[in-house]
Amino acid sequence: MTARAARLILALAAARLFVEPAAAGEIPSSERRSGYEFMSRETRAMQDDDTGNPGTLWMLDGEALWKRKAGTADRACSDCHGDARESMKAVAARYPAFDPALRRPVNLEQRINACRVGRQKAPGLAYESKDLLALTAYVARQSRGLPINITIDARTRPFLEAGREAFFRRQGQLNLACAQCHDDHWSGKLAGSPITQAHPTGYPLYRLEWQGLGSLERRLRGCLTGVRAESYPYGAPELVNLELYLMWRANGMRMETPAVRP
Amino acid sequence: MARAVVTVPAQAKRGEIVEIKTLAAHAMETGFRRTQLGELVPRDIIRRFTCTYNGVEVYRVDLHPAVAANPLIAFTTTATETGTLSFQWVGDNGYSVTEIAAIRVE
Repeated sequence: MTARAARLILALAAARLFVEPAAAGEIPSSERRSGYEFMSRETRAMQDDDTGNPGTLWMLDGEALWKRKAGTADRACSDCHGDARESMKAVAARYPAFDPALRRPVNLEQRINACRVGRQKAPGLAYESKDLLALTAYVARQSRGLPINITIDARTRPFLEAGREAFFRRQGQLNLACAQCHDDHWSGKLAGSPITQAHPTGYPLYRLEWQGLGSLERRLRGCLTGVRAESYPYGAPELVNLELYLMWRANGMRMETPAVRP
Repeated sequence: MARAVVTVPAQAKRGEIVEIKTLAAHAMETGFRRTQLGELVPRDIIRRFTCTYNGVEVYRVDLHPAVAANPLIAFTTTATETGTLSFQWVGDNGYSVTEIAAIRVE
């Protein structure tokens, strides 16, 4: 076989990857892996060691904010919820959760802001602001090591299905669905980086590329930009539906917040 | 919030080599980046880190624009006597943070 023919076959094989319809689809639970398992030894060590994990800086800020009085109600989170290590245990593992007032699921950031506006009578914190990330990280830290536990009932099922539909829908100028990379090619590489299975086990997490802490929505918006799709604004129901689907898909996997990712 | 975290063993044997880890919250803005409008983002970095052990300097680092955000500085020193370790980070725009940790040497 000539070199030219070999190149042609390779090119065809590469093109097939993204032209063929998505294969069987969802990853069997025995093969599910956290993004942690795709990382280098050094990055794993950074996550595992609290004294070297930069997420610790946000956690400590979050702990201070938890106890600080805010708003015209002059109340701190701890005035109602007490010690977060007890009251917030396993809470992040079940978010996004259904909000009866809004009649749709809300993520942890939105839940914290609802408490700030509704109970503390304080202005809501901006998405991706240092304070909101710090509080979210502090609350989610209380679930570290605990299994993700999303329960779906009649109220949340339509939102889960909407999220699933978005995951399998081709979008953007590259015409790619999330599932084509994260379900079908998770053992492969993209531009030298491992393609992971997209299990959101450690958010908010410290991403070395970001040089800071970021939320799952920031990651999703980055992925949408990557496939040249127009991304949704922070807090959009479409993003929350996708978060709900991804967390449900990772049910039973251990929370790692604050995780470190390359 | 200017924040730094130091990890020092609470006690050590005399002559033992102890590991010290420090983590400082800092953006380490290089001064080479531009905004979307093309304006240069001014440099804002930590310039110097020093550690003194009972008043004697045992470790010092000069930092430069290529250092990542939230720098982790880990080093070792010999536990000589009971006392305090003092850590100081000094940088652009008047940034200055001091942390103190006690160590008991037997």
